[in-house]
Amino acid sequence: MLTIENLCYTVRDGEETLGILQGVDLTVNKGDFIVVTGPNGGGKTTLAKAIMGLVDPTGGKITFRGEDITHMSITDRAKLGVSYGFQHPARFKGMKVKDLLALSSGKKKLSRDDCCLYLNKVGLCAGDYIDREIDASLSGGEVKRIEIASVLARGTDLMIFDEPEAGIDLWSFSRLTETFRALHATRESAIIVISHQERIIELADKVVLISGGKVTHSGTKEEILPFVFDRSAEGCEYDRKVARA
Amino acid sequence: MSQTLSEKDLKLLMEIAQLETIPQGAYNIRKNGEAAGRASSENIVIVQKEDKPGIDITIAAGTKNESVHIPVIITESGYTEMVYNEFFIGEGADVLIVAGCGIHNSSCDTAQHDGIHTFHVGKNARVKYVERHYGDGEGTGEKVMNPETVIYLDEGAYMELETTQIKGVDSTNRKTTVVCQAGAEVVINEKLFTHGVQHADSTMDIVLEGTDASGRIVSRSVARDESVQIFYPSITGKACCFGHVQCDSIIMDAAKIRSIPTVAAEHPEATLIHEAAIGKIAGEQIQKLMTLGLTQEEAEETILSGFMS
Repeated sequence: MLTIENLCYTVRDGEETLGILQGVDLTVNKGDFIVVTGPNGGGKTTLAKAIMGLVDPTGGKITFRGEDITHMSITDRAKLGVSYGFQHPARFKGMKVKDLLALSSGKKKLSRDDCCLYLNKVGLCAGDYIDREIDASLSGGEVKRIEIASVLARGTDLMIFDEPEAGIDLWSFSRLTETFRALHATRESAIIVISHQERIIELADKVVLISGGKVTHSGTKEEILPFVFDRSAEGCEYDRKVARA
Repeated sequence: MSQTLSEKDLKLLMEIAQLETIPQGAYNIRKNGEAAGRASSENIVIVQKEDKPGIDITIAAGTKNESVHIPVIITESGYTEMVYNEFFIGEGADVLIVAGCGIHNSSCDTAQHDGIHTFHVGKNARVKYVERHYGDGEGTGEKVMNPETVIYLDEGAYMELETTQIKGVDSTNRKTTVVCQAGAEVVINEKLFTHGVQHADSTMDIVLEGTDASGRIVSRSVARDESVQIFYPSITGKACCFGHVQCDSIIMDAAKIRSIPTVAAEHPEATLIHEAAIGKIAGEQIQKLMTLGLTQEEAEETILSGFMS
C-alpha cells in the first residue's frame, strides 16, 4: 500500500547541510500496524510528515496505492486516503469539536451519536465536549484526544499518529490502546504510530527503529524490544566512554 | 404599513435581523427615514419621538419571553440620517431586542446611518440585544454606519450585546458605553469583518460603578485586503467588581489593526483583566484542515468562519 524508497530530507544550517532523513526505506501493507520508535531528533516525525506531505522530501520516492505521491499536495494525499494525527495539535478559536469531527468525516453535520462514537474511542464523553470550542479552554490531553478522534473519523486507508500517548493520562491511555487494538483487528486500515510506549509497541506487527535519520533496525516487537531496552540502559555516548575508562 | 417592502428590502432584513417576513410581536421597520411598519404589543409599546427622529420603546416590568425587532434599511441613494432610539425596560423583564442596519447603495453618493440607542434597564431585568450591520449594492457610493449604544444597568440587571458588522460597510465609528450598578452584569460580544479599503473604529467603555458589578468584552475581528481597524475597549472598576477585556484579531493581506485596551481600577477590590492578540492565521491550523482534504483556500475560509461564528 505504501512504499518509501531511499527517502532523504536535508536542511541548510548556515554553511552546514543537515541530513534529517538519510535514505529511509519502508514498506507498509494493508492492515499493518507499524510502530516507529527511536531517540528524540532521530527523524521519526519528519518521516511521518513526509508521508502526509507536511515536509517536501529532498530525495527518494513515496508511493501510495500505486501512485507516486512524493511531491503531491497535502490536500490531494488526504483525498487519496492518508490521515495524520499531529503530535502538537492546533487549536481553533470558534470551531467546535463537532465541527472538526464533521469536517474530518467529510459530512456537513454529524449526529450526536456519530460524535459520541468517535469521542468514546478516545475516552471522552460526547455530551461534555461536542459543543466546546477547540481553544485554550481545553487541556493539552483533551486537545490531543480530539485530534486522534478526528483521524478516526476520517477512517482512511492509512492513518498516521505522531506520539498519540503524549500528554494523555494513564486511564485515557488504556482506552486509547484498546481503540488501536480494535482498529488493527479489523485490518481495514494500515496504521503507523510513532511511539515510545511499550503498550503500543506490543500491538505492532513490525517495529521500525529510526536513529540519525536512518532505519537502524526493523523487525517484530520480539526482535526489536530487547534491543531498545539494551540501548536505553547504555545511556549516552559520554556515559559509555566513562564506563569504558 | 406605510410602505411596502421589496425583495431587496427583505434581503437586507434577512441579513441584519434574520427576518423572512414581518416579525411577530412588537416591531418597527424604518426604511429611508420613514416607518415601513410598526406594531406594539400588550407589554411592548413603540411610539414616535416628538422632538427628534427616532422612537421610544417601553417594555413593561415583568415582561417575559417577548421580543422586539427594530431594523433600519436604507436603499435611497445619497440618503443620510441620524436616529435616536430609547429603550425603557421595566424591572424583572426578560426580553430579546433585535436591531441593525442594512444599506443597499447602487449610486455613487454616500449613504449613511448614524444612530444612538439608549437603554435604561430596570432592576433585575435581563436583555439580549442583537445588532447586525451590513452593506451591499453595485454603486461606488460609500456605505457608512456610525452606531452609538448607551446602556444604564440598574441593580442586578443583565444585558448581553451581540454586535456584528458582517460586510460591505465602508466606514464605521462604533461607540458603546455601559454603566453598571450593584450586581449588574454586561457581556459584549463584538464581531467585526472589514475588507477592501474599509475603515472601522470601535470604542467600548464599561464603567462598573456598583459592588459586585461585572463586565466582559469579547471582541473578534478579521481584517482583509487594505482595511484598517482600531479598537479602544475599556473597563473602569469603581467598586468591588470584575472586568475582563478579550480582543482577538486575525490580520490578512495588507490590512492594519490597532488594539488599545484599557483597564482602570479605582477601588482596591476591583479585579480587571485584559488580553489582546493580533496575528495571522496559524500555519498549523491550515495544515491540519488540509490533512482533512480541504484546499488552502477552503481551510482559511473555514478558520475565519469559525472564528467569527
